Amino acid sequence: MTIRFLCKKLKNPLVLASGVLGNNKEILERVHENGCGLVTMKSIGPAPRDGHKNPTVMDLGHGMINAVGLPTPGYAHMEEEWQALEQRSFPLNASIYGGSVKEYQTVAKFVTAKHPDFIEINISCPNSDQHGMIFGVSEQSAFDVVSAVKQVIDVPLIAKLTPQAPDIARIARACEAAGADAICAINTAGPGMVIDIEARMPVLAFKKGGLSGPMIRPIAVRCVYDIYEAVSIPIIGLGGVTTGEDAVEMIMAGASLVGIGSGVRYRGMGIFNQVNQELAAWLSAHDTTLEGIRGAAHGKDVIQKKGGNR
Amino acid sequence: MKPITDQAPVMLRVAKREINSPAFATLYFEFSLKFIPGQFVMVWIPGIDEKPYTISQHTPTTFAITIEAKGIFSKQAVALVPGDIVGFRGPFGNGFSVGSCQNIAIVAGGCGMAPLAPLVETLELPLEKKAQPDKNHPNILFIHGARSKEFILYPNRFVTQRQVCTDDGSSGHKGFVTDLLEQEINTRQKTGRPPLEMVYACGPEIMMHRIFALCESFGIPCQVSLERYMRCGFGVCGACVCGDQVVCTDGPVFDSAKLRTMDDFNRTALLKSGKPVSMDQYFSWRCQS
Repeated sequence: MTIRFLCKKLKNPLVLASGVLGNNKEILERVHENGCGLVTMKSIGPAPRDGHKNPTVMDLGHGMINAVGLPTPGYAHMEEEWQALEQRSFPLNASIYGGSVKEYQTVAKFVTAKHPDFIEINISCPNSDQHGMIFGVSEQSAFDVVSAVKQVIDVPLIAKLTPQAPDIARIARACEAAGADAICAINTAGPGMVIDIEARMPVLAFKKGGLSGPMIRPIAVRCVYDIYEAVSIPIIGLGGVTTGEDAVEMIMAGASLVGIGSGVRYRGMGIFNQVNQELAAWLSAHDTTLEGIRGAAHGKDVIQKKGGNR
Repeated sequence: MKPITDQAPVMLRVAKREINSPAFATLYFEFSLKFIPGQFVMVWIPGIDEKPYTISQHTPTTFAITIEAKGIFSKQAVALVPGDIVGFRGPFGNGFSVGSCQNIAIVAGGCGMAPLAPLVETLELPLEKKAQPDKNHPNILFIHGARSKEFILYPNRFVTQRQVCTDDGSSGHKGFVTDLLEQEINTRQKTGRPPLEMVYACGPEIMMHRIFALCESFGIPCQVSLERYMRCGFGVCGACVCGDQVVCTDGPVFDSAKLRTMDDFNRTALLKSGKPVSMDQYFSWRCQS
């Protein structure tokens, strides 16, 4: 199931979501070997940051809630990691974040010199008051961040969006206008809260946290659907995908690649090979291809208006 | 009662607190928990933090965790009293794998005794039933090292004889657990007694690494339990990765075959920020958090 994505050949359409397992080269490599076409590093920030106190991640059965809080060694303190990654044998997506347009630009400028295959800008994390999501809920700030980053990098730019935006399609359009090469949607939804009734307090130390996993899949599918109609750049669709059929649905909504994050919780690291097999089996049983189903839920008119499938 | 699972925490009240030494306390809970020795639970003190702890005592109706007061969380934990509520998620990870080996060594360093204690008791079951265990041919060689005499956990708990060593010589052999283990391996070789078939170890990582190296040089398989900073406990967040191994789900117990592939064993651990540092830097940070 090899696929070309922004001129890069990937062995399959699956992507490891940022924030999941992406802490070092060895684990990224293992995820790739386990059947993931494109792996994403944990978001890299402007300065060392510990993230929040525990509890930070909780499984709720039908999905997860987390407020890890963007821990990062800081872009300038990862020399050993960058050196290891120079020797990699897999395509790499580097996720970055900042607390201001300037910070995004500073991190991006540094990271692009380390030659990741893509830079994903996280303008969608709900778990810090000063970073991320505040840039992804307004068209103007999304435009400003994307265009500032685009100026300083020489690899394709992916904008990762939040479902908290009042109209995610408009944000996606602003990102495209600012020069984004692709959209990644969605980051965690909510934020939500879980209160322990015995302790009489929120379970997460940060109190609120982003929702992920199967419980948010319909939101993710709707967002990808809306974005597909609004932009002509490709989309990485993610949010609650755990099976090949979920991936089919995401592709039919308009995704070119399909991300998996919380799914690792439900099926282990083997989820990538499993979803690939299930996806291939579904396509084969229906005598079709990835291109044949991309955007299928929109009907022929929309697909044709967009100039066919990419 | 609602079972403790790997999902949102189940709150339990401390049933009993036992002060083990100047630095250790064991908290008992009246709850039936399914677990394998070596697995861990995430322990939440509301308003403070949540940390991984191994189960140090287990009966069909109770379990306990043993805490060494070192950092902010553990100092709060040892101060808990009966009636206080604590949240639990788990049990997580892979515990010690128990086969049919007859010649076993169990080596504990400091509070590394905590996960090994239920293992010793599991392995002791057949021994207990024997009328007179043959003292010259112990099935279990049991070694425990600690800073000094008062840091020897559970002094009167086991049927199996324990060989003690301390850093200051205040009890047993003055020196390292590896001295005693190597001595035993050599003695067995010289006297023609069957060699050790499995070594289980938990303690400071440098100690476990020495045991692993010793076992490798004599061709003895071993299993050790690693510790890393953890968040989710179920293999998603990546906070605890050691090379390409996810300690919370691939471990925390790793066998010789796996340890051979782990370059970061006794070399690197991640801080809370995700920054990889030396084990010395890691442990000095852990003692403050």
